[in-house]
Amino acid sequence: MSQEPIIHGPNEAHTHEVGNLPPHEHHGGGHGADGHHHEPHFLFKYIFSQDHKIIGKQFLITGIIWAIIGALFSVFFRLQLGWPDKTFPILETFLGHWAKGGKLSPEFYYSLVTMHGTILIFFVLTAGLTGTFANFLIPLQIGARDMASPFMNMLSYWFFFIASVVMFSSLFVATGPNAGGWTSYPPLSAIKEASLGSGIGMDLWLIAMALFVVSSLLGGLNYVATILNMRTKGMTMTRLPLTIWALFFTAVIGLLSFPVLLSGFVLLIFDRNFGTSFYLSEIFINGHALPHIGGSPILYQHLFWFLGHPEVYIIMLPGMGIASDLLANHARKPVFGYFAMIISLVGITSLSFLVWAHHMFVSGMSPFLGSVFVLMTLLIAVPSAVKVFNWLTTIWRGNIRFTVPMVFALGFVSMFISGGLTGIFVGNSALDIHLHDTYFVIAHFHLVMGVSAFFGMFAGIYHWFPKMFGRFMNNTLGYVHFFITFIGSYLIFWPMHYEGIAGMPRRYYDYTAWESFKQFQGLNSFISIVAIITFFGQLLFVFNFFVSIWKGKKVTSANPWGATTLEWTTPIHPGHGNWVGEIPEVHRWAYDYRDDGEGNDFIPQTVPLREGEEAH
Amino acid sequence: MSFIILALVVLVFVIIYQVAKASEYATALRSEEKVKAQTNRTMAWLMVAMFVLGMWGIWECHRILMPHMLPQSASDHGVNYDNMLKVTLIVTGIVFFLTQGLLFWFSWRYQAKEKTTSFYFPHNNKLELIWTTIPALTMAILVAIGLKHWFKMTSEAPANAQIVEVVGKQFNWVIRYPGKDKALGKRDFRLINDASNVLGQDWNDKANRDDIINETGELHLVKGRPVKLVIGSRDVIHDVGLPHFRMKMDAVPGITTTMWFTPIVSTKEMKAITGNENFVYEIACDQMCGQGHYSMRGTVVVHDNQAQLDAWLLMQTPYYTQNQGKKPETPAAGSGAAQPEAAGQNADSTKTLSMR
Repeated sequence: MSQEPIIHGPNEAHTHEVGNLPPHEHHGGGHGADGHHHEPHFLFKYIFSQDHKIIGKQFLITGIIWAIIGALFSVFFRLQLGWPDKTFPILETFLGHWAKGGKLSPEFYYSLVTMHGTILIFFVLTAGLTGTFANFLIPLQIGARDMASPFMNMLSYWFFFIASVVMFSSLFVATGPNAGGWTSYPPLSAIKEASLGSGIGMDLWLIAMALFVVSSLLGGLNYVATILNMRTKGMTMTRLPLTIWALFFTAVIGLLSFPVLLSGFVLLIFDRNFGTSFYLSEIFINGHALPHIGGSPILYQHLFWFLGHPEVYIIMLPGMGIASDLLANHARKPVFGYFAMIISLVGITSLSFLVWAHHMFVSGMSPFLGSVFVLMTLLIAVPSAVKVFNWLTTIWRGNIRFTVPMVFALGFVSMFISGGLTGIFVGNSALDIHLHDTYFVIAHFHLVMGVSAFFGMFAGIYHWFPKMFGRFMNNTLGYVHFFITFIGSYLIFWPMHYEGIAGMPRRYYDYTAWESFKQFQGLNSFISIVAIITFFGQLLFVFNFFVSIWKGKKVTSANPWGATTLEWTTPIHPGHGNWVGEIPEVHRWAYDYRDDGEGNDFIPQTVPLREGEEAH
Repeated sequence: MSFIILALVVLVFVIIYQVAKASEYATALRSEEKVKAQTNRTMAWLMVAMFVLGMWGIWECHRILMPHMLPQSASDHGVNYDNMLKVTLIVTGIVFFLTQGLLFWFSWRYQAKEKTTSFYFPHNNKLELIWTTIPALTMAILVAIGLKHWFKMTSEAPANAQIVEVVGKQFNWVIRYPGKDKALGKRDFRLINDASNVLGQDWNDKANRDDIINETGELHLVKGRPVKLVIGSRDVIHDVGLPHFRMKMDAVPGITTTMWFTPIVSTKEMKAITGNENFVYEIACDQMCGQGHYSMRGTVVVHDNQAQLDAWLLMQTPYYTQNQGKKPETPAAGSGAAQPEAAGQNADSTKTLSMR
């Protein structure tokens, strides 16, 4: 086992001694200076692994599977929206009695949109994104052998896995999965008679989400503890790459807001099953009056959005961090305004807790309270704007290499601008009163947190794939994937702004009976066609990903992107423990992209300062 | 048919993969550096192409979709909304074209070249201060405009406002108009009976006896007269969405919400403006309420003057009179003198979250 010879004080202590390693590593972990040659059993190496890199890959692959399911659901309901008068036998093949004769039933349409939202927001863009990059990158980029608690880290994945199993099983119950929207507002979600999806499917949804929260909390605690305590010598907080900063704040937001969501769900479980009235009052349904009196459905909305809004930053921040690092790396130029980037992350993090009720402007909330949330919401545009201008300045006078990760990072910025600006519309209550719950909102949040978070994720996957698997993904397929996704996303979501301004409500199964909205039928068909093409474009990525794991071009040099950060100082195939021998010491910040005097255009963090050179 | 489609999809995949592999072999054959430089130039140009294509797309999208947009606002608040939307569009539009333009311009302009190196420019306090302050000031202006309109929209309805109750249920709207006494009587959800008392009116409350109920969701208003909607729900959360009036308010069970506005264009006038004889103002449910959500449709008729509305009201039979024969359950306790402000509030309800 490797022993760090120097102790660097409490904050930078390297707690990766024998005692901290997972048990199976003691008898045969193939890592560290000793260089054992006994491979651990397959089960412990790949399944119940405590190696952060394997756990990261587990999150990633589970996330990819969920993404395919979630995206496929959107294709199913886009078929209905695009051609409400036609039947599609393929739907019956997939969905059985929910699409008799190839015609999707309204109940299952609502289940599909609900599950599409739940899956993509939580299982893909929270667990799949943060789970992947926080686990994979934090120890590698801060110079640690593993997470603070590898065992808890493993539990985090397995709670996510159980949550996935429960959520997946809810797709097959007789009354169908949750159909109340990903927000699942009571009373619709609380009363079994209100909707088919509010039966056992809803209970399973709530249980899965509760398990999911446990997984997020276990992961988040680990990320924060690791970043604060396990940085290598010289890796001060202000030398951390922005990806790590972003993942740090992501974890902080999750730790502070997920418990509130859980409490909201627990109360909902009580209302559903134990006769309480937290959210229910004065309800007459299905021919009889319910006994509940005195509850408030609005309470649920407050509890839900107290996580629900920070959640969009949980989804966004990792992408922001990844984009910052990749723009700098592939433009061969330091990220502009490193400290401003951190401060804007702090700003976004703190404001993210003070804007939740902008989702509730038309709930009947006090107008004065609404005005406070308008102010806070538009205030959050300031740190976001700072980030955009800093990204633009980062590529200004750079030496841009249009690698696949770079084009996705540029695409991220473009999507973030387009989606972010429309937030200024819906964040202003006087405009929201018309735009609320229309396609404008769909366009807004898909661009700003759906598509751009995916662009950040794709950029990260293409960039760190060589580190994960020791091979490259195919470039040509990567470019094709980029263009299909970039053009497709704009073609899908740009025209939706118009539908929203025209007042077209979201979550409608069919618009043909509406005098005010039926004129968009042609547009809806067009959007559906583009959505289907874009979906198949994503399969190119999946194909590329899995084939490249075994067949991709091999990585031949330890630092293929010419990056400054620590993960590229490990061997091409790092074992558990990451570095052979000692963990390198850090001497400079993560963005020294400049002439090193020897013909290179970057100076790795491990290179000591030259004589007379000042640290950033 | 589906087999052919499947075969086609597989074929396309195979072709793309083969091309991708071929390009990789080509890279191996030629000097890698040269290929990389070539790819970089191509990509830089493709970025420019995408920007040009994008701008053209925005133009085309606008040209094609504008004729399908809503006609002029039919309410006074909506006029403010339309103006504010324009201001916000101009502000964000400037930022959009500026930042997207710079993003793609920089991408092309600063593409990697062999001899050049990047400019080491880690930070500049002045620049960062500028682009913190300008967005902050812009946001302050937008907040100020927004809140001015917001407080106006959510203020107390004028005293002469027509009062109408709108109640949502799965999956239709029930509209209640006060009778001659100009007051809505008390309701209690325990008195609801779908056959004879759809809103659970307390018949001990005399104010209820002349109330008119329309179960087909027809909302009758008058041009130029403010209207205050008293909004409630029988079961789950619904939302009274009035796209032509640019207004929206949730209908929440157990809580009474309100919203007011003044219609400024009558139905007849709007038919002339849109040139559409079938034009109709619609009430769309804007809050997911179950499997029939998409069909929860109501309509609004805006009369040209009060006399027309009065004539219409006169033709309606009060709900009590219609259902007199079948007197329902025992009356609820706590019947007091009817007061207009008690509209929609139940005897047991302790909590009212109205827009006051």
